[in-house]
Amino acid sequence: MSFLLHGVHLPHRKNTADMEPVRMSAPSKIILPMSMHIGAPAIPCVKAGDHVDVGTPVGTPNGYVSSPIYSSVSGTVKKIEDILLSSGKPCPAVIIESDGLMTPDPNIVPPQVNCYDDFISAVRQSGVVGLGGAGFPTHVKLDVKDISRIQELIINGAECEPYITSDTRTMIDKAHEIENAVSVFEKYLGIKKTIIGIEENKKKAIAKMQEISKRDPRVEVKILPSVYPQGGEKVLVYHTTGKVIPAGKLPLDVGCIVCNCTTMAAVSNFIKTGMPLVTKCITVEGSAVKEPKNVIVPIGTPISDVFEFCGGFSEEPHKILYGGPMMGISVPDTSLPVLKNTNALLAFGKKDAVRPRSTQCIHCGLCVSHCPVNLSPVGIARAYKSGDAEALLKLRVDICMECGCCSYVCPAKRPLVETNKMSKTLLREYMNAQKAKEGAK
Amino acid sequence: MSKLRISVSPHIHSPVTTQRIMLDMIIALLPALIAGTVIFGLRALAVTAVCAAVCVLSEFIFNKICKKELTINDLSAVVTGLLLALSLPVNVPLWQAAVGSAFSIIVVKCLFGGIGQNFANPAITGRVFMLVTFGSLANAAYPEIVDTAAGATPLVTLSQGGSVEITDLLLGLRGGAIGETCTIALILGGIYLLARKVIVPHTPVAFIVTVFLLSFAVTLDAYSALCYTLSGGLFISAIFMATDYSTTPLTKWGKVIFGIGAGALTVLIRFWGVYPEGVSFAILLMNILSPYIDKWTAKKPFGGVAK
Repeated sequence: MSFLLHGVHLPHRKNTADMEPVRMSAPSKIILPMSMHIGAPAIPCVKAGDHVDVGTPVGTPNGYVSSPIYSSVSGTVKKIEDILLSSGKPCPAVIIESDGLMTPDPNIVPPQVNCYDDFISAVRQSGVVGLGGAGFPTHVKLDVKDISRIQELIINGAECEPYITSDTRTMIDKAHEIENAVSVFEKYLGIKKTIIGIEENKKKAIAKMQEISKRDPRVEVKILPSVYPQGGEKVLVYHTTGKVIPAGKLPLDVGCIVCNCTTMAAVSNFIKTGMPLVTKCITVEGSAVKEPKNVIVPIGTPISDVFEFCGGFSEEPHKILYGGPMMGISVPDTSLPVLKNTNALLAFGKKDAVRPRSTQCIHCGLCVSHCPVNLSPVGIARAYKSGDAEALLKLRVDICMECGCCSYVCPAKRPLVETNKMSKTLLREYMNAQKAKEGAK
Repeated sequence: MSKLRISVSPHIHSPVTTQRIMLDMIIALLPALIAGTVIFGLRALAVTAVCAAVCVLSEFIFNKICKKELTINDLSAVVTGLLLALSLPVNVPLWQAAVGSAFSIIVVKCLFGGIGQNFANPAITGRVFMLVTFGSLANAAYPEIVDTAAGATPLVTLSQGGSVEITDLLLGLRGGAIGETCTIALILGGIYLLARKVIVPHTPVAFIVTVFLLSFAVTLDAYSALCYTLSGGLFISAIFMATDYSTTPLTKWGKVIFGIGAGALTVLIRFWGVYPEGVSFAILLMNILSPYIDKWTAKKPFGGVAK
């Protein structure tokens, strides 16, 4: 590798890294939106009044790029109704009243996995999606058909967002499951080389993962500098293998499969026990949280219950996030549930919630010099302002992964990520119009 | 009623603000101002006060009249005032300093849209404006102020075949503008800016090294090349003006090209031009080229070829 990509040095705030996750008791009710993944929402397969146990399917995948959803409590289905997700989109959700017993579904048995097809269907059945935050159905990612295309499996343990330590905890507490998953992947995907990428600020996790590499010579632990966005897929692939993923291509196009460490552990858990993804270890932190901790939460638990479990709020929260402060999504309402791909819940008081006022661009170039993918946010903003889609195409705004480095470093506090997002939409519309024109000719 | 705010990520921001950057610039210019006051006397402070005050006032009045948002809090007008004052001779008539300051802010900065929008450096353009407008300033640009200096500025002395002392050049005991003579104070300010990451070394280093090498190529004498490098307004311009954000390239290589270009033009003007000093003109000319340099040196997007 010749040089490292740019990025920003963020305050780590990994205060919960040494806190072993605490299991939360059964919530009184859970809300399971049928869309907790990229792809088609699942279809509810239960009706009001049905009894469900922990691990009972409540949503069946709608098509291949979709994922099944399972109950995380035992109890009775109350109703199926549309809720508004944090994105503002309505989505059908199964609402289950818990009986507090957390009885596991008696039908749960470990899956029979003997070949590649068995493995993919088991992963599909597990309900596991990209748990690093993306939520892309894992079985789709792993279903490469021609396994000879895979040269490396890269396990993402970078966890570069401030505050979040749930992946760190997975690597420390569930090292055996990651190890098991690696051997399963090696067996069914023909993986000959596994690289576990971890930022250097996670000493304990590094030590745990190095134990795996000691036992399995095909596994290598790569210690990466703690520079955000180290865990971004393209950044991670480049820093672990030196390979550059071309724009619009996937890691597989350069022979890599990238999997988050918690995703790996969840796959392993399903193959061993048959229990699908029903709980999630999440970091609960932020200036408005009384007792920050790592909590093992049944998926679908209302956010308000999780904060209550952490001693409530020390001050009135003015911003609550799904995920980290760099790419997390702000939550409009604490009645929303913990999702499959939630890895942290952060709550901030007024002081931290107020967005600094933006002033005129001073052309300092910090956004350019910190962009991990070498874009020019200042140039993109200028092109967007003049509605110049041609220029946006040249500036390759489509490559932007919205990591937030540009907005973070901007001394004028310009809304650069927002502008990039809007620019992408503008560019997409322009390209579609161009295509339509070509088609008309 | 929920008070939860909804906004696009990121939800944290670096503590660096425009105001903080400008404050750092002011702090970095203080050693030069102090040195200038010691070398040239208390009138240096008067000139500086007039320039800074008129710059701030001009921006305030302009924004008021044009019903624009007040921007004087970002301190950039103070920086312009300071830079202009430090590049003027101490005996400049105060009214001329005031007119120059107003020109810098209103014509060069505000009329182009304010901070970040101007293509030419306000302080430099203000100085050049004064140089060509007020004949007296052109003559007084390098006055006899210091007893130890032999009347002419080092650049004039050097061009007439005379010699100067390196220690005088480093300490600033020579003729010249208020803030440009004390090289040590300027370097101190530069180190502060580098440490605070307000500037990167690319432009100043490329600029100064180019002037040294080309001066050597012309004079074929390392000592006089060094004297040329330490004379005139090279250090103040290379460290504080060629690093101005809005008027110089964004990319690292662009900054290097800017520095080399400005250095070459400086030497060209110094040896063959009408004026003894060419730093201001050199930067001004390079300012015009900056958008193109940026275009030529745009980085290749990661994983994609710039079409």
